[in-house]
Amino acid sequence: MADEKKLFKVTIDNISVEVEPGTTILNAARQIGGDIVPPAMCYYSKLQGSGGKCRTCLVKVSKGSEADPRPMPKLVASCRTTVMDGMEVANITSPEVIEARKGVVEFLLLNHPLDCPVCDQAGECHLQDLSYEHGVSATRYEFKRRTFDKIDLGEHIQLHMTRCILCYRCVFTADQLTEKREHGILGRGEHAEISTYIKESLDNDFIGNVIDVCPVGALTDKTFRFKNRVWFLKPVDAHRNCENPKCCGKTTLWMRGEEVFRVTARKDEYGEVEAFICDVCRFEKKEAKDWVVEGPRKISRTSVISQGHYVGTVKPQETIQKVLDGRQPKLLMDIHSVSQVNQPNVDLSKIDGPAHSDDFNKKGVQ
Amino acid sequence: MGRKLLLDKAHIEGIRYYDVYRKNGGYAAAEKALKSMTTDQVLDEVKKSGLRGRGGAGFPTGLKWSFIAKPEGVPRYLVCNADESEPGTFKDRYLMEFLPHLLIEGLLISSYTLGANATYIYIRGEYAWIPDILEEAIAEAKKAGWLGKNIQGTGFDLEIYVQRGGGAYICGEETALIESLEGKRGNPRLKPPFPAVKGLWQSPTVVNNVETLAAVVPIINIGGEEYAKIGVGKSTGTKLISACGNINKPGVYEIDMTISVEEFIYSEEYCGGIPNGKRLKACIPGGSSVPILPANLLLTTAKGEKRLMNYESLNDGGFATGTMMGSGGFIVLDEDQCVVRHTLSLARFYHHESCGQCSPCREGTGWMKRVLSNLENGKGKMSDIDLLWDIQRKIEGNTICPLGDAAAWPVAAAIRHFRDEFEWHVNNPEEAVKRNFGLAHYADPLPVPQPVA
Amino acid sequence: MIQFSEEKLNKVKEIMARYPEGKQKSALIPVLHLAQEEFGGWLSSDTMDYVASLLSITNIEVYEVATFYSMFNMQPVGKYLFEVCQTGPCMVNGSDQIIDYIKQKLGIGVGETTADGLFTLKTVECLGACGYAPMMQLGKHYREHLTPAKVDAIIDECRAAVKN
Repeated sequence: MADEKKLFKVTIDNISVEVEPGTTILNAARQIGGDIVPPAMCYYSKLQGSGGKCRTCLVKVSKGSEADPRPMPKLVASCRTTVMDGMEVANITSPEVIEARKGVVEFLLLNHPLDCPVCDQAGECHLQDLSYEHGVSATRYEFKRRTFDKIDLGEHIQLHMTRCILCYRCVFTADQLTEKREHGILGRGEHAEISTYIKESLDNDFIGNVIDVCPVGALTDKTFRFKNRVWFLKPVDAHRNCENPKCCGKTTLWMRGEEVFRVTARKDEYGEVEAFICDVCRFEKKEAKDWVVEGPRKISRTSVISQGHYVGTVKPQETIQKVLDGRQPKLLMDIHSVSQVNQPNVDLSKIDGPAHSDDFNKKGVQ
Repeated sequence: MGRKLLLDKAHIEGIRYYDVYRKNGGYAAAEKALKSMTTDQVLDEVKKSGLRGRGGAGFPTGLKWSFIAKPEGVPRYLVCNADESEPGTFKDRYLMEFLPHLLIEGLLISSYTLGANATYIYIRGEYAWIPDILEEAIAEAKKAGWLGKNIQGTGFDLEIYVQRGGGAYICGEETALIESLEGKRGNPRLKPPFPAVKGLWQSPTVVNNVETLAAVVPIINIGGEEYAKIGVGKSTGTKLISACGNINKPGVYEIDMTISVEEFIYSEEYCGGIPNGKRLKACIPGGSSVPILPANLLLTTAKGEKRLMNYESLNDGGFATGTMMGSGGFIVLDEDQCVVRHTLSLARFYHHESCGQCSPCREGTGWMKRVLSNLENGKGKMSDIDLLWDIQRKIEGNTICPLGDAAAWPVAAAIRHFRDEFEWHVNNPEEAVKRNFGLAHYADPLPVPQPVA
Repeated sequence: MIQFSEEKLNKVKEIMARYPEGKQKSALIPVLHLAQEEFGGWLSSDTMDYVASLLSITNIEVYEVATFYSMFNMQPVGKYLFEVCQTGPCMVNGSDQIIDYIKQKLGIGVGETTADGLFTLKTVECLGACGYAPMMQLGKHYREHLTPAKVDAIIDECRAAVKN
């Protein structure tokens, strides 16, 4: 087996894996999978040149390689650092990394509007996930947050610059998927923004992919805007014979009943699309009859999108009794007997208009 | 009087022009290198000289040159970093304005050594009149056969071009400079690949500071070994210091790195002391990014030794009690200056100059500026001081390029050494907007360290 | 219609010739400087589009670069642009007082232009003249060791230049 490629052994958080030379630490970690995969807000494996900017994927290289075991002096961006044979990396086992990541999350949230309640990205937002995992509950920033005027990018794409974390993914997308990039990063430093400078709509067969690659709610689908919450929709895999030769025609439809609310590319567990789709598939094929449905899209159970989508699951009945040595659980306090509002005989949905304390009085209920 | 190698002829009338420069021994080094030395021999001399990059990082130049990749059929480039933008630093401007041929000669020898046939001088856009001076000198040199095709019959070709920047401090960082030279935004690149492998237009590239390249001329003239004899330890040769702030004689000085900081500030030969009989409070000896030191630690190291003007001595004590040589931008603050205010001004600078590419620097620099602004304007809280410390700590080391560190260090050092002054601002908000904290104890003699038993 | 003169077009060609084949985008910043000088001291979107066409690059590539660098004015400015440095070493030497003096003398704030369209005041960060502080950039050159009297003289000089 002389022509067999030599693989590099890399150990991440004490778990070893053998990978091809040229693999980045992040991708090696993804091969291992699980908790030790560093989060990535700007890196996108399908976009060349992406990564290195957000700094959420920083890790500690405690041993450079077998040949040169010196540790790297600074934390490195795992998405852009390639592995060496014998490299040892600490991600979640390094307090230094955890601390730095906390800092990065705080920086990313510093000027983020946190308008999740009105943001279409909520439920599938990487910044939301990241803050949940690594953020703190309160901000230490006492100043006015940076805001930008809304920019119109045409009938399909909504740009909310205020939410942007400047990952540059949409710029790479336009560079690599469309014929001519018409938007870019303008300004410098804190004032840098995604814009077209002179307002014009973005139109190109593949520009809709900027919505899929956007890790936050900065670029959203106008045809889906405020229509529904992603967790109320049922994602199904579907395909159609797309006329565009560059489009794979394989998508995920986000449905409620027979209604198609939006079409996206199929995304993997890291939120990356499996293959890019064209704008016709995304924006114009909004009827179930346009598509051949393959079946439900597998969504991580822990995702809010899975909420209420598990059917036929069996609730374990015996567990509690089993751990309590066969005893029945003892009710410490019957909430209904002490609560003014939490009444089992009051169906909240039956109350017209806003609920009033009278609605919960025994008198008020018939 | 220290030995001068770069500015020894600066006083000569008309030295800016080729004829005068040539008559005074100019282009002798280029002649020697191109006609009688191989590229390896020149490289060897530069290595022997111990020359360290004069732009701020102090990396050994010979070593940097030896890293350049030499793939077959791929052009190599030398880029001269003249994007001098570090607050307190204005030495390269002086060299280019008054001794353009010294730089061109240095570029010629360096390009020859590296095998570069096209060399770019990337000069900050604000130095708008200097490209004219350089281009005039380049034309003269070309006319005299020192540039162009088959230079002096040696078969070596070289063109030097001057490129103006557009106004961005970040372009002093070598990969941002390369991006800018390619006509892009000055966003630093991720390393690796290093410029020595993939630099300008993806070709092997060396980026050196103006002063570094000019220093190659005396090195070839007197030989690397002789050059290394000047100075002390690993601080060889001479260094240009641009002195400014509260001193009697601001300007550019060439020092041989053996004099003490005290002598540099107070002697008539250099800064000439502090005006109006004021006392020294603090100093930033190597450009705004390096740690500020109070007077007592500046003049004497924590070990109780006299601090000297060289890489090692300035660095003595590390970040706890020392500072850095940096780019040689020597900023002196007298007793009337407010450290909080000065730190705010630097924080504003870094906030303005952050490229915005990576999050810690983009968001953190603005945050630090705003917190400092509150402290300076009597609206600060005691917790703000710790907050600042925490912000700078989370920026440092976590960014793509050193601008993050450069923004963090001045804030860290100011809090480390001048915490009393920050606290005074919090405790006396009304007074703090009207008057300054003053010299306080910052010039008091340091306790003499006990000899280790 | 925005169009460089023959002479300037030759200059653009000369600049583009400095780079290897296909790397003409490198000429962007020098050509933007040229365009700003030529077309009213600032870069309108028409000017930038013209530069893009000269270098055969897309418009957005020009906008991205022009908005990154602080020397390019994205809004119209007065005939004389006072760019006063306010960073540490200048501040230590009284740049704040100079800025205040100019404000009061011209009756404008930072970033504003006088009603006659002659002067714009801008504060900038370190221009590399720390030893000659306080200072400002006016056009191609630096004005150093500023005092209120010097500022007066500069303003008079500009006004006189307009009259002639």
